Amino acid sequence: MANAAQSRFSTSRVLIYGTLLLACAAYLVPVFIMLITSFKTLGDIRTGNLMSLPEVWTVDAWIKAWSSACTGVQCEGVSGFFWNSFKMAVPAVIISTVLGAINGYVISKWRFRGSDLLFSMLLFGCFLPFQVILLPMAMTLGKLGLANTTSGLVLVHVVYGVAFTTLFFRNFYVGVPDALIKAARLDGAGFVTIFVRILLPMSTPIFMVCLIWQFTQIWNDFLFGVVYASGDSQPITVGLNNLVNTSTGVKEYNVNMAAAMIAALPTLVVYIIAGKYFIRGLTSGAVKG
Amino acid sequence: MAQLDAVSQSTSRHPRVRLVDHLQHWLPKLALAPTVVLMLVCIYGYMIWTGVLSLTGSTFLPSYEYIGFEHYERLFSNDRWLTACANLAIFGGLFIAACLAIGCFLAILLDQRIRNEGVIRTIYLYPMALSMIVTGAVWQWIMNPSLGLEKLMHDWGWTSFQFDWLTDSDMVIYTIVIAAVWQASGFVMALFLAGLRGIDSSIINAARVDGASMPRIYARIILPALRPVFFSSIMVLAHLAIKSFDLVMAMTAGGPGYASDLPALFMYAHTFTRGQMGLGAASSILMLGAILAILVPYLYSELRGARNG
Repeated sequence: MANAAQSRFSTSRVLIYGTLLLACAAYLVPVFIMLITSFKTLGDIRTGNLMSLPEVWTVDAWIKAWSSACTGVQCEGVSGFFWNSFKMAVPAVIISTVLGAINGYVISKWRFRGSDLLFSMLLFGCFLPFQVILLPMAMTLGKLGLANTTSGLVLVHVVYGVAFTTLFFRNFYVGVPDALIKAARLDGAGFVTIFVRILLPMSTPIFMVCLIWQFTQIWNDFLFGVVYASGDSQPITVGLNNLVNTSTGVKEYNVNMAAAMIAALPTLVVYIIAGKYFIRGLTSGAVKG
Repeated sequence: MAQLDAVSQSTSRHPRVRLVDHLQHWLPKLALAPTVVLMLVCIYGYMIWTGVLSLTGSTFLPSYEYIGFEHYERLFSNDRWLTACANLAIFGGLFIAACLAIGCFLAILLDQRIRNEGVIRTIYLYPMALSMIVTGAVWQWIMNPSLGLEKLMHDWGWTSFQFDWLTDSDMVIYTIVIAAVWQASGFVMALFLAGLRGIDSSIINAARVDGASMPRIYARIILPALRPVFFSSIMVLAHLAIKSFDLVMAMTAGGPGYASDLPALFMYAHTFTRGQMGLGAASSILMLGAILAILVPYLYSELRGARNG
């Protein structure tokens, strides 16, 4: 009896582990394919198949993708787009996070009449289908002289990122006991002192969540990039799309895959280093937002 | 609070202090002000603005000549729009169903005291860190009709294997479903896993003592307890589906023809490349309507739940 139960138990364990590992393979294979294709030569691609390893490993496709592949009419690789993304993401991430921290602090600790309503109205920004604001925003950027500039993209990302960052900080600061704030006020601490001396020192985890969430969102954005940027301010996602979907010449899949790796690396690195915070950001953004 | 007010009143005898108090009173609102202004203008103002544009005869340039609901009528006799909506229904339905099924299934398996759970979870979730454009580029390559999966199967000995969905206008929408599910199902798994960890284990132990089998415990106790996770996942996935733009752009650009068009692509094409601003605005208002149709009942049930709980 006991023996039978035990063997049934272990069969089910094998099944469970087998299924889980199979799923691991399913999630890993596309990036594996992307990686090996990027090290192949074009001839290798024609003679081999998706899963075959390169005959000769070469970084030529990476070099070409970085500095000389054609994205539409230009043939300067994706390096320019890559740096554009950094120039856009770094300020946008910092500004939206700082604004979110301040907003979250006010909404959770300095409530006033209507502050809850303002918060709910802001939350809607997390669900907003951006198509509904694309046109007026384009006209506004034009009026401000920010159309087709990196500053314009920074502005757009800050405006539509603040809803998320405010949500993150608000939910975090709600958990800080009000008594702490009251005690500080009795001691004569004001709005700024309480924020700087009490809340900021304990905010490292939520800053991590926010920075990672915003960085991934902004780095991976395509819609704003394709609508509001022109040639020399376009982000890497637009550059990659231009490269992959260019209709002229032979399709160089090795170069495409190398460029895709280049576009994916920054967020992948962030995910590997700070995956814990990434997951927390994803789930808190989903469950509460 | 009353105590604090008393304190601030007792110190407000000195005029200098009163000024500081005054500033203290306004500082929080001042700090919030920039965001509130941005929000009112860039979210609500722009929504109204788009709504207005959808009722005008705007083409390449905005015009404010009122033409009523003509654009909305035109949309519903526009073959491309109807294809986009039908595609959204197929894509959204399959995407949500597949992500829920796979996510829930993997979460249940992963909840069986698995060794290296952290590593496995990390692998399931990483596609979410990738840009949809990257995902699109990779899957476009995998599904390449002559060099991709088809060739792989031929090389592995299955010579009659055919896979050309990417260029088949009847099947192309399913290729997008596959790529989207690959990207988002791990995230749904994470949501379900969090939900499973939140269930009180004493109830499960009690059921086990009563002799209930594991499948029965799952069907009767655990899955019903996960209902909120189902709802928030559906909410997030539906929202992702309606907004879907990048993935289709990268994989098929809506093609062949407009066989894999989605409303977000329709809106972009008409507004920014075909000079049909009014029509594009109308289509985006309909997308907003679709999101509201999901969001409002969801928020309603959430708020009601919060009040009862």
